[in-house]
This record gives sequence, structure tokens and C-alpha cells, in this order.
Amino acid sequence: MQTAGGVSACLPIHSDLDLVWVRQHVRQAAAQLGFGLVAQTKLVTAASELARNTLVHGGGGQMACAPVSRGGVPGLRLAFSDEGPGIPDLEQALRDGYTSGEGLGMGLGGARRLVHEFAIDSRPGSGTTVTVTSWVSGPPRPREEK
Amino acid sequence: MTGAFPSPYGGQVPVLRIGDVLLVTLQGDLHDGTAEQLQQDVSEAAADSRVKGVVIDLSGVEMVDSFLGRVLSDIAAKTRLLAAETVVAGMRPAVAITLVELGLTLPGLRTALSSDEALRLLGEASISPRHGRTRQESP
Repeated sequence: MQTAGGVSACLPIHSDLDLVWVRQHVRQAAAQLGFGLVAQTKLVTAASELARNTLVHGGGGQMACAPVSRGGVPGLRLAFSDEGPGIPDLEQALRDGYTSGEGLGMGLGGARRLVHEFAIDSRPGSGTTVTVTSWVSGPPRPREEK
Repeated sequence: MTGAFPSPYGGQVPVLRIGDVLLVTLQGDLHDGTAEQLQQDVSEAAADSRVKGVVIDLSGVEMVDSFLGRVLSDIAAKTRLLAAETVVAGMRPAVAITLVELGLTLPGLRTALSSDEALRLLGEASISPRHGRTRQESP
């Protein structure tokens, strides 16, 4: 169990309750790094979507949370990993409205819009890792396409 | 995993009946299970007692993700079939901004700035359904 107030942590994602811990941790960590209220809310919401994907589609996994810094700008990096079936078609999975479960299909694509950097590593059969990063004062370089 | 933190909503969200309106106040961080339970409770309460509206107060909620968004939409859809209208009240600006970026605009849900205003909205709607949408400043 992480110490109260720490930013770095690795949290398990195996139940509903774990989603609540993930959200609480991300909010605390973001607040501690100096994220504003709207930025905190976006990051927590993105974390909630991604953690739920890890739980529902990946069969459980974990979130690693770490502070990062680039050019003096602090940021927060979250990596959600599972050892589930993987995502066969990433393009499709990122499209709004696409759902393989019972959700609204906004999770992955929506989460991508809420963070500054977004990367997926997934191969069928070997799990999925989604890594997102947000910076306290906006991305330090021009926004990428998409 | 018990006892380390004050337990986030593990239990039930109370559904209060005030006149012919159901009032639900959400606070803090909801478990998925609690949200699903709430959806069922509201539908049952709306079916059991004839109500004309449901007010869901979100002023204490720090985050609405697509799961909770779906729960709110489902509550609105179900209560509409039972001839009642759902009004979401007091959503925080940060939550609203995030929802739109996430891609959820919650069609079908009416909104109000506070529970008070939501109740007034529902009251007006019953008197003059055609003008229920106009917002009136209280004197």
C-alpha cells in the first residue's frame, strides 16, 4: 500500500473497489503535482475509463503511476497494463461508439482526448498496456495530429 | 482492502420523495455497483409511486465517467417511459468540461444549476408543459 501523499505507486485493478482507489490516487497525485481542478478532473476521468478497460476487457491488471518532467514542466504518467486477450484492431477500438462490451464505446477514444499523450501497446494474446501522460501547463510541444 | 480509507460509497444512495418528485443526491466517488443499484432503485421508486420528476443532484460529485454517464442516461430513459422527467442538477464546471471532451453530451437529460432550480423547473413543467423550458429568474 502506497504511503499517503506519494505520487509514485503501483495499484492493482481487480475489482470495482480498485477503480475507486485508482481514481483517488490519481486525484491526489495530480493535485500534489500542481494540476488545476479541470486538469485533475480530466486526468481522473481518463484514468477511470482506462482502469475500467483493464478490468473489464483485460481481466484485471494494474496501474503504475509516476511523476515525470520535461523541460522543467512537471507531469504525471499513468500506465495501465493487463495480460488479457489484447486488442486485435486498434483503429476500431479507438473509434467513438465502438464497443465490444456493454459500455457506450467512449472509453478509449474519450480517454485519449482527455490527456496530452496517449500510447497503446497491444498484441493479440499478450495483453495490453495503455500509457498516458499529461503536463501541468499543457503539452510542452505542439499537439500531434489526431 | 478494508479500513485503510474511509469506505467510498459502498452502500446505497438514498432516494427521497418530496411531493411528487424523487430527489437523489450523489456524493463523492461511487462504486460501479452502487451506481447500478441506484438505477434500479430509482426505476422502482418511480414505478411504485407516481412521480412527475426525478432530480439527481451532482454537486458533490467530482467525476462523471462514461459508466456513470450511461447510468444517468438510463435512469432518464426509464423514468421517461414512466411519464416522469429527469433533471440533473448542480454539475460542477470541471465535470461538465470533462464530459464534453470525453464525448458524452448526455442527450435526453435536462439540466439545472441547482436542485432548487430543478424542482422549480419540474413544477413549471406541470403547470405549462409548453413553456417548461424557459428559465425564469426568481424575484
